Amino acid sequence: MEDAPRRTPLFGIPIDGGGWIFLAVVIAVTIAVPVLNLATEPGSAFHVPTYLVPLLGKYLCYALLAVAVDLVWGYCGILSLGHGAFFALGGYAMGMYLMREIGPRGVYGNANLPDFMVFLNWKELPWFWYGFDIFPFAMLMVLLVPGVLALVFGWLAFRSRVTGVYLSIITQALTFALMLAFFRNNMGFGGNNGLTDFKDILGFNLQSDETRAALFIASGIALALGYLVCRYIVTSKLGRVVAAIRDAESRTRFLGYRVEHYKLFVFVVSAVLAGIAGALYVPQVGIINPSEFSPANSIEIVVWVALGGRGTLFGAALGAVLVNYGKSYFTGAFPDLWLFILGGLFIFVTLFMPKGVVGSIREGLAGGRGLISRKRDEAPSPGAFAGSPGE
Amino acid sequence: MEPATGKIVPNETLLYLDGVSVSFDGFKALNNLSLYVTAGEMRAIIGPNGAGKTTMMDVITGKTRPDTGEVLFRGAIDLTQRDEADIARLGIGRKFQKPTVFEGHTVFENLELALKSPRGIFDTLFAKLKGEQAARIAETLQIIGLAADQGRPAGALSHGQKQWLEIGMLLIQEPDLLLVDEPVAGMTDAETERTAELLRHIAQTRSVVVVEHDMEFVRALGVRVTVLHEGSVLSEGSLDKVQNDQKVIEVYLGR
Ligand SMILES: Nc1ncnc2c1ncn2[C@@H]1O[C@H](COP(=O)(O)OP(=O)(O)O)[C@@H](O)[C@H]1O
Ligand SMILES: [Mg+2]
Repeated sequence: MEDAPRRTPLFGIPIDGGGWIFLAVVIAVTIAVPVLNLATEPGSAFHVPTYLVPLLGKYLCYALLAVAVDLVWGYCGILSLGHGAFFALGGYAMGMYLMREIGPRGVYGNANLPDFMVFLNWKELPWFWYGFDIFPFAMLMVLLVPGVLALVFGWLAFRSRVTGVYLSIITQALTFALMLAFFRNNMGFGGNNGLTDFKDILGFNLQSDETRAALFIASGIALALGYLVCRYIVTSKLGRVVAAIRDAESRTRFLGYRVEHYKLFVFVVSAVLAGIAGALYVPQVGIINPSEFSPANSIEIVVWVALGGRGTLFGAALGAVLVNYGKSYFTGAFPDLWLFILGGLFIFVTLFMPKGVVGSIREGLAGGRGLISRKRDEAPSPGAFAGSPGE
Repeated sequence: MEPATGKIVPNETLLYLDGVSVSFDGFKALNNLSLYVTAGEMRAIIGPNGAGKTTMMDVITGKTRPDTGEVLFRGAIDLTQRDEADIARLGIGRKFQKPTVFEGHTVFENLELALKSPRGIFDTLFAKLKGEQAARIAETLQIIGLAADQGRPAGALSHGQKQWLEIGMLLIQEPDLLLVDEPVAGMTDAETERTAELLRHIAQTRSVVVVEHDMEFVRALGVRVTVLHEGSVLSEGSLDKVQNDQKVIEVYLGR
């Protein structure tokens, strides 16, 4: 379907040409950036400065988030404008662990309560903070909280057959509602300041080069594995059912497939991947606050995917990196213009590059390979039936 | 692989509609409709536009809930309580008026999706195409005459080829009852003839209900005919009998 015909498998998962290039780049970057940061002298031409490591690590997290959104949007046609919420929830789960890690080193020196709770005059830890001092528990929550929210929300939405723009609107409402909730001090997540001032992770100082390198490597591995998981899904028969739902939902139903189960499956997988991306993002940027839930954030993710090329997975990752690189540049150079540039970019892509960067490159390549083979696929040959046995 | 006829007892009522009514904003699309289809039977349904033929199929396949009436499958299964996926899994296949194949999928993939096999998410997530399943797809490709086109996207097929692909998808789904809505609309004479042949082939092993306007096509099928008009049965019997029925003549020639 979307893919070029040649696919070489990895662990039994068919990977297309672009996918191989993508994996090679991710692996190379995952190795090269930490090595060039740690093993070269600051004066050297090959040195990657320390400030760049978490910045590039952030891009890897965004890339994973974009892959997650492409799984639901590109392959199942679910235009989620609320995936920022799953990302943020994963981030908050990680942030809660990092807060508990601070222990008595906070400004108020209270070993049992994070600073913001002491400030609010709280006497004891709320029940939903229990267990977050234990790393494995917190990591389980990174997966479970976005996953269960996606399960419940998706079950209600898909069962009532909410589709198209209505679904997009309620996903926006979801993330907006969560943003308002997390802004409230009495929710117990630090209000508008969010969670910050983290000290260490598993006892390793978050400011040290080695810890940053380790988080960078973890992000690179998560992106590669996340890609492989999604790639397995979309090339399985389940992936073909999901694409069938995207193209002709009711026809798929009449073939006996429980459409809502399939949508729910990819939605939950996608939400969990988004949560993992958020959890890796937070220790690298050093803060998580309610603005991560803002509706505009979720819309921006969709722009990354559209720009890179939906329905390709690696194109989504590429889009995330391109847009965020542009954002880093423009918000430095022309801070007021960024939102206009982003909007203009989206309009440009929608009008002139509907298949995104990857789609345009593929079309260019296919054009080069010769028009004859393309023609054969596009134009129906009227005589095709005549020669077959009349059974 | 077993033929799909195992569950069918010949001459037993397979589909039973009794007193079915459906109204849309007060307009009765089906009006106290009763119809019985026996196992192994092929039935043609004819009737003017708006007679309720498509609505009847919607009711049988769970797309539309009737206001009143009974719809039973294999004697005891109440279809009005089931959804589309459930009904499809019970063994009722449906072909729509407009050809609806998955245009982005290849011809082969279309058949693979329709192939009778477990439909759950974990079944498909870990599915590997077995040898006999591949053979079944290859056989179906032969029957519908699309073997040479199996790698092409279905969207690139001609109108007639899409119709056959869709019939092939129904065939490979191995339903006990097949509902076919206006299969030859927009087809050339040669394509029409070929379609009639395909349907007769299918009807050898299962029950088929065909909705069609085209009298020549119905004659070519040579089966019992039910005439629908304003949501209920106007006449039933052989084509010759209903064509000579005074009520039918009035409806078709205008009053
Ligand atoms: N969903 C619907 N809403 C309103 N009216 C409908 C709907 N479906 C069918 N109808 C009406 O019911 C009547 C029967 O339609 P239909 O079953 O499609 O007829 P046929 O297939 O015999 O041409 C038509 O008058 C049609 O306009
Ligand atoms: Mg109709």
